Amino acid sequence: MMTYVVRRLVGTLPVLFLITLISFGIMHLAPGKPTDAAMSFNPKVSLEARQRMEALYGLDQPLMVQYRRWLGRMARWEFGRSFLDDRPVGEKIAERLPVTLTINLASLALILCIAIPLGVVAAVRPGGVFDRLTTVLVFIGYSMPSFWLALLCLVGFGVVLRWLPVSGLHSLDYESFGLLRRGLDAAWHLLLPVLIAAFTGLAGLSRYMRSSMVEVLRQDYIRTARAKGLSERRVLFHHGLRNGLLPIITLLGLSLPDLIGGAVIAETIFSIPGMGRLFYDAVMARDYPVVMALVTIGALLTLVGNLLADVAYAYADPRIRVGAEPR
Amino acid sequence: MSNRLALMGGCVLIGLALLAVTAPWLAPHDPLRITVSDALLPPSATYPLGTDQLGRDVLSRLLYGARISLVIGIIAVGIAVLVGTSVGAIAGFYGGWVDAALMRLVDTLLSIPTIFLLLAIIAMDPSERLLQLTSRVPLLGNLLTLVDPQIVILMMVLGLMSWMGVARLVRAEILSLKEREFVLAARVLGASPLRLIMKHLVPNAMGPVLVSATLGVGGAILTESVLSYLGLGVQPPTPSWGNILNEGRIALGVAWWLTIPPGVCIFVTVLAFNLLGEGLRDRISRRE
Repeated sequence: MMTYVVRRLVGTLPVLFLITLISFGIMHLAPGKPTDAAMSFNPKVSLEARQRMEALYGLDQPLMVQYRRWLGRMARWEFGRSFLDDRPVGEKIAERLPVTLTINLASLALILCIAIPLGVVAAVRPGGVFDRLTTVLVFIGYSMPSFWLALLCLVGFGVVLRWLPVSGLHSLDYESFGLLRRGLDAAWHLLLPVLIAAFTGLAGLSRYMRSSMVEVLRQDYIRTARAKGLSERRVLFHHGLRNGLLPIITLLGLSLPDLIGGAVIAETIFSIPGMGRLFYDAVMARDYPVVMALVTIGALLTLVGNLLADVAYAYADPRIRVGAEPR
Repeated sequence: MSNRLALMGGCVLIGLALLAVTAPWLAPHDPLRITVSDALLPPSATYPLGTDQLGRDVLSRLLYGARISLVIGIIAVGIAVLVGTSVGAIAGFYGGWVDAALMRLVDTLLSIPTIFLLLAIIAMDPSERLLQLTSRVPLLGNLLTLVDPQIVILMMVLGLMSWMGVARLVRAEILSLKEREFVLAARVLGASPLRLIMKHLVPNAMGPVLVSATLGVGGAILTESVLSYLGLGVQPPTPSWGNILNEGRIALGVAWWLTIPPGVCIFVTVLAFNLLGEGLRDRISRRE
């Protein structure tokens, strides 16, 4: 097991290197010096901030030197200061991260709770009525522009029906609430964003769950279990589901970048102060330090997610540990 | 059932393509003409789908938007297929360190959240630099000045961010194809690597690529609409389904004709591409 983890870690190193190269390269795509762009597009940047930035990035140095310095700072978890309000980028991200994580984890939990049973039931009778119904739903889910759905829900539930809040994280009189009510209030505000985020992921996952279960239920050991006279329930959940769930682990790791990306859209539409909104605002204001840090961190989170998924898979399925790399 | 659905998807797409091509004759008004006195009118006989806040006809803008969306989606996927097939074929054929290096590049691009990368690159406004670079190339430079450089950038960035799946597909196909007898026979006959790849390997790997490309056009249209909605895709006054939705945001809950029709257009188009793609997948997997 340990060898597998180490081998997998070493394999990640070149990817890590390329990620830093790309994040660094983005800043140099803009015409002229990065500070030129910051100045002309954003008059809020003071001359002092500009000089400090030029010194910080060593813009008079050759690219290689600049890259090496930037890499060194990133390794020490120093992301510089935001152009917009001169606050440390790390601090800005740290205060936004919990919101995005809450939305993503909640919607992930919701997706798993719905997609897995949906996939299993559809797989029990492939081609049956339920299977066809879920197939239709899956197609709709795949093709639905989630930002449009978010807009419709916003208008429908927020503006017309006035059932749910339309934006932000808290009610106006939030300060006067007790602890429990504060929690409920936040949950109330996050309900719609979480539902929308879950909707997008639901289609893909239930589809994979279905095909994975169909595959498993065709195996010999399922026939054996049935022949032994086990109840259908036990065959399905004890022998079938445990094996059918395996590919979902990998899929969860792979879906991380989409979850992070989905946060940009959901948070922008519902005006939620999370990482996605921070990224959007930074991009619009050409706040390079924030953009570069978020691209790097987003990619790092994905890498860690994939790594965890692969390790979990190897833990759950001994065939992977013994054999070569997955895939 | 999937066959019938695929056929339906195909018909919808043909219809859409016809609408897009004939937009200048079908559109009741000039999609760019501003009539401030007619702002935010509900649907009527003169304006079948109402007007936006500048008094432009929404139906005409939707029809012209279909052109933009389809062209961007198809060209972006064209770029993705070209790059993905080349990278996948080279990686699969040569193997060894070439394969390892190219696949690490694929892993890297897959690990950065796509929307982050798209927004960051587009916001850096690389169109000026692109024009500078291409102005020296005689024919291409002239050609690029004819189209909106923002849209060229959008297609290129969308394509260059979505070739990784195709590359993995082609690589896997080539890995298994290159062990087959007919490839060995061609090799023994003295075919060059280029000929082997172009004549014997790539054509046989095109089935799954076709499926992934069809699904990819839907995905690209979806991404383009998100970017345009966020204000970083197709820039007004050029109409696109995404930026009509963006402009409708101001009158959200009041002017439903700015929010419902563009969304339905995106949904139906993407659904049609997905249905067609899945139908093709069924077809190909049944043949094998």
